[in-house]
Amino acid sequence: MKTEPKTATLPAYDVVVIGAGPAGMACATEASRAGLSTLVLDEQPRPGGQIYRDIEASDSGRRGILGKDYEAGAHLASGLRASTAEYLPGAVVWNIDSEKQIDFSAGGGSRSVKAATIVVATGAIERPTPMPGWTLPGVTTVGAVQILLKTSGVVMEDLVMVGSGPLLWLAATQLIAARTPPKAIVETVPAARYREAAKHLGKALPGWRYLAKGFAMMREVKRAGVPVHRDAEEIVIEGETAASAVSFVSGGKRQRIETAHVALHQGVVPNQQITRLMNCRHRFDKSQRAFLPVLDEHFETSVDNVFVAGDGAGIGGAKSAAMRGRLVAMRVAEKAGRPVSGERETLKAALRKDAAVRPLLETLYAPSEDTLSPADSTLVCRCEEITAGQIREAVALGAPGPNQVKSFLRAGMGPCQGRMCGLAVSEIIAAAKGEEPSSVDYYRIRPPLKPLLLSELADFGAEEAPRQAAE
Amino acid sequence: MPQRIDGSGETVRFTFEGREIAARAGETIAAALIAAGETTTRESVVSGAPRGPFCMMGVCFECLVEIDGVPNRQACMIAVEPGIAVSLQKADEVAA
Amino acid sequence: MANRTVDLLVIGGGIHGCSAALHAAMRGLEVVVIEKDTVARHASGVNAGGVRRLGRDYAEVPISQRSMEIWYRIEELLDDDCGFQRAPQIKVAETEADLDRLKARAADLRAMGFDHEVVLDRAQMREHLPAVSDHCVGALASLGDGFALPYQTTFAFQRKARSLGVRFEENCRAETVERVGRDFKVTTERGVFTSRKLLNCGGAWAGQIARQLGEPVEVAATAPMMIVTSRMPRFCTAVVGNETRPLSFKQMQNGTVVIGGGRRGRPNPETNVSELIFSELRQTAATAMAVFPIMRGATIVRSWAGIEGRMPDGIPVISPSSTEEGAYHAFGFSSHGFQLGPGVGEIMGELIATGRTNAPIAPFSITRFAPEAGASGSSPTHSQGISA
Repeated sequence: MKTEPKTATLPAYDVVVIGAGPAGMACATEASRAGLSTLVLDEQPRPGGQIYRDIEASDSGRRGILGKDYEAGAHLASGLRASTAEYLPGAVVWNIDSEKQIDFSAGGGSRSVKAATIVVATGAIERPTPMPGWTLPGVTTVGAVQILLKTSGVVMEDLVMVGSGPLLWLAATQLIAARTPPKAIVETVPAARYREAAKHLGKALPGWRYLAKGFAMMREVKRAGVPVHRDAEEIVIEGETAASAVSFVSGGKRQRIETAHVALHQGVVPNQQITRLMNCRHRFDKSQRAFLPVLDEHFETSVDNVFVAGDGAGIGGAKSAAMRGRLVAMRVAEKAGRPVSGERETLKAALRKDAAVRPLLETLYAPSEDTLSPADSTLVCRCEEITAGQIREAVALGAPGPNQVKSFLRAGMGPCQGRMCGLAVSEIIAAAKGEEPSSVDYYRIRPPLKPLLLSELADFGAEEAPRQAAE
Repeated sequence: MPQRIDGSGETVRFTFEGREIAARAGETIAAALIAAGETTTRESVVSGAPRGPFCMMGVCFECLVEIDGVPNRQACMIAVEPGIAVSLQKADEVAA
Repeated sequence: MANRTVDLLVIGGGIHGCSAALHAAMRGLEVVVIEKDTVARHASGVNAGGVRRLGRDYAEVPISQRSMEIWYRIEELLDDDCGFQRAPQIKVAETEADLDRLKARAADLRAMGFDHEVVLDRAQMREHLPAVSDHCVGALASLGDGFALPYQTTFAFQRKARSLGVRFEENCRAETVERVGRDFKVTTERGVFTSRKLLNCGGAWAGQIARQLGEPVEVAATAPMMIVTSRMPRFCTAVVGNETRPLSFKQMQNGTVVIGGGRRGRPNPETNVSELIFSELRQTAATAMAVFPIMRGATIVRSWAGIEGRMPDGIPVISPSSTEEGAYHAFGFSSHGFQLGPGVGEIMGELIATGRTNAPIAPFSITRFAPEAGASGSSPTHSQGISA
C-alpha cells in the first residue's frame, strides 16, 4: 500500500549530535576521538551554544568583560574544530522520525541524514515569565541581554533586571564590567527562601566555588552601587507601545522605576522539543520545577539510542554540560563495543561534585509565585494572546489538560509552538485542577520543530521518494 | 539608549522601514535593530499590539520581520547583509 | 467498582459517541460514555473540520443532508457556535476530463433528486476563488456547506450531553464486552459497566468491540496527515478540494491555512502515536501550491495526523448489531465522519430509543461484511478526495 521513502541512500552516521553548546561540542569531540562517525547539527553560525555564544569571535576586551567562565568555552570550540567530527552550522532540525531519520533545513533547502545514535544537546531555554506587560517592546529575557553583549557588545544604560537566578547576577556583573551597570535589580526571591535554601548548605559545600562566585557577584553589584530591591512581588511592566517603567511591591510599598529596557529571568529549564517529538518519556521534577526526560544512569532516554546531554537532561550548568557530553560519548562508544576510557569514573565523580550546589540553588531560585500563577488578565501564550483566565475557564468547562486547552483556545499553536507558554500552561492547569504538573503533562510536540516554508517541504526529498498515484 | 561597548568591526548598512541602519558585520538583524534603538519589529497578528525581540535565541518568534518582501523571518537568527530591506511585520499584511 | 445498570453505554468519546449520547439523553435515556483516552483525543478532535456534503458517496447523501440541517442550527442545539462557518465547498478540476467527471456526478445527483452540488464554469469558480491557479478549468461546488472547529465541536457535544445528565468516563478502556442476560457487561480497568443497550463508536478501535459481539469486521487504522500554516492575508473563503489529487484546503477566519486531504501517515493505534511521513506530505504541499500559487510564501507551523478508522469499502458502519439485540454500531467513518456527526448521532438516538428510524441506513449495515454476504454490498461510487 505505502511505499516507504528510500533511506538507504541517505548519509548515515554513528552519532548525530544536535546542538553545539558545551554538551554538544564535548560529546562530538569525544565521540569522534573514539572513532565514531559523528555529525554535529547546530542552528547557529558558530559553535558555542548560548552560554559560549560567539566565543570564537570574541576579542580579549569582550572576554575580559564576560569573564573566565566564558573563556573556558574556547577550548571546547577549538576541540570540536580540531576533531574529525563533521560540523554543520546553520542547520535547523525540523523532524526526527522513529527510524532516526533527521530532517533539517540548511542553506534554504531541506536534507536528511540517518543516525544510529542521536544525542540531543539542545540545552535550556528560559522559563516562561508571564506578568503584566511582558509582551511590550523593550522587554526581553536576561539571556537576550547576555546574547546582545556576547555577539554585538550592545548594552542598555537604563536596564532594569527583574526576577531571580544565578544568570541574572552573572549578567549584572558582566554589565558592570562593561561600564553600564543595570539601573536596578528587582529580585523576586521571598525572604523566607533563604532559610529554606540554607537547609541545603551542608550538602552544597563541595560546590563552594559556585557559592563563592555567587557571593562575589552580589558584592560586586553592591560595590557598583546598583539598587537591589529584594523580596519584590506584584510586578507590572508599564507602557503603551513600549516599556516605560517597572512597578512592584518591595519592602511593603509600591515602587516605580522608569525605564525603556526590562530584562526578565526566572531560571532556565530543559528544552524538551526534540525529546517530546520523539515520544521519549518525561517526568516533572519538583525541585527544578520543570519537565525532564526520563534517563538511565548513562543519560539514555526511554527511546533506544537517543541520549540527552547537557542542560536538556536537567539544569546543571555549562561545566556539567560538557562533562555529561563526554560521558554520553563514552557510553555510545561502549555500546558500539569500543573500549571505555578510564577517565569515566573520574568524570562521574567530578560531575557529582559540580552538581552539589544545585539543590540549594533550585530552592533559593525557585520560580516566583506571581509567574507560576499569573493573574487572570495576564497573557500567557504570547503568540495567540491567551490569558491565564481563559486557560482557567477552559479547565472549568472540563478541558482536562494542555492539549485540550491548546485545541480549544489555540494556546501554544502560534509560531513559537508552545516554547514560551508550555510550562506556564501546565502549571496553571495543574493548579486549577488541584493536581501536580506531572499528571496534567505537557503539550504534544508536532513537527516541524521550527516553522518550515511550504515550498521547502514541496521540494523535500523529491529525488528519493517515488511519486505515488492519488489514492 | 543602547550603546556599543567597543568601536571595532566592519559596518554593514541595511534599511528598516526605510530608515538606514548601521550594523556590525556578522551580527544578527535583531541585534543591529536593538543597537539602533528599534525595539518594535512586528505587530501581533491577534491584536495588532507592538512586539519586539524577546529571547534573541530563536525560540520566542517575537522578532518576526519581513526581509526583502519575505514574511515570517526570525531577525535574531539571520545575519545582516548589506542592502537588505527589512520591514516591520504588520498585522494586516499577515492576517485580515 | 460496580455501576448501576444504565439504559445506554456508549463506547468511544469521539463526535459520534458524544452526539449519539446527547441525542439519546434528549430522548430521556440514562447514558454513560466510556472513552479509552480523553474525549476528542483522536480523529474527532484533530480532523480538518470540513462540514461537507460535496462529493460524498451517493449512499451518504441523504444522511449528510440531514446532518447539514443540524449544523445550520448547531448553536441552538449545543449553546456553542462550534466555530461553524457556512462556506462553499469547491472541488476544482485541473483538466477538461476532470470537469466532465464532475458534471456527470452533478447530473447523477439531480436524477436522484439532490441539487446541492452545482457545476461552476471557470468564471464562476474564479468568483468564489480569486486566488485559484489559472490552469484550473472549472469546479463542482456545494455552496451551502462549511467548516467548523473539530475539538470545540466535539467538546461542545460532550458538555451539552453532560448537562443533560450523561456521564463521561475518560481514560477508561473497554477491555471485554459480554452479554449477561438481557444486559451488556463491559469490563474496564476502572470498573464494570452494565447497560441495557450498547453503542459501539470506537473509531479505529471499533473492530475490537465488534469482534466481541460476534461481528468481526476489518477496521484499518489510518492517519490522515494535516498541515497548518502561520497566518496569511485573507485570500480564500471556500473549502477547496481537487478532483484528481488528494486535497482539502481551507483558510480559517484567523488567516491560518489548514491543508489535508488524504495523504496518510503511519498510525500506531496501540500507543496512540501517529507519525508523519514527510516524503508523502510534500505532495500535499505541492498540490496546494499548484492550486493556489500564493501558497509559495506560506510557512508551515505544525503538522499532525489523528488516528481514524477506515472500512474496506470506504463508507461507515451505521447499523444495529446483527448478532446481539440491543447493540448498535456507528464507526469506520473513513476520514469523512465529522460532518455526519450531528446527523448520525440523531439517527442513532432515535434508533436506540425507539427501535426504528426512517433514515436510509441500509447501505451501512454491518452485515455487508459478513462472510455470507458474498460480494461487498458497497454502493456505486465511493467518496474520495476531500476528507473531513
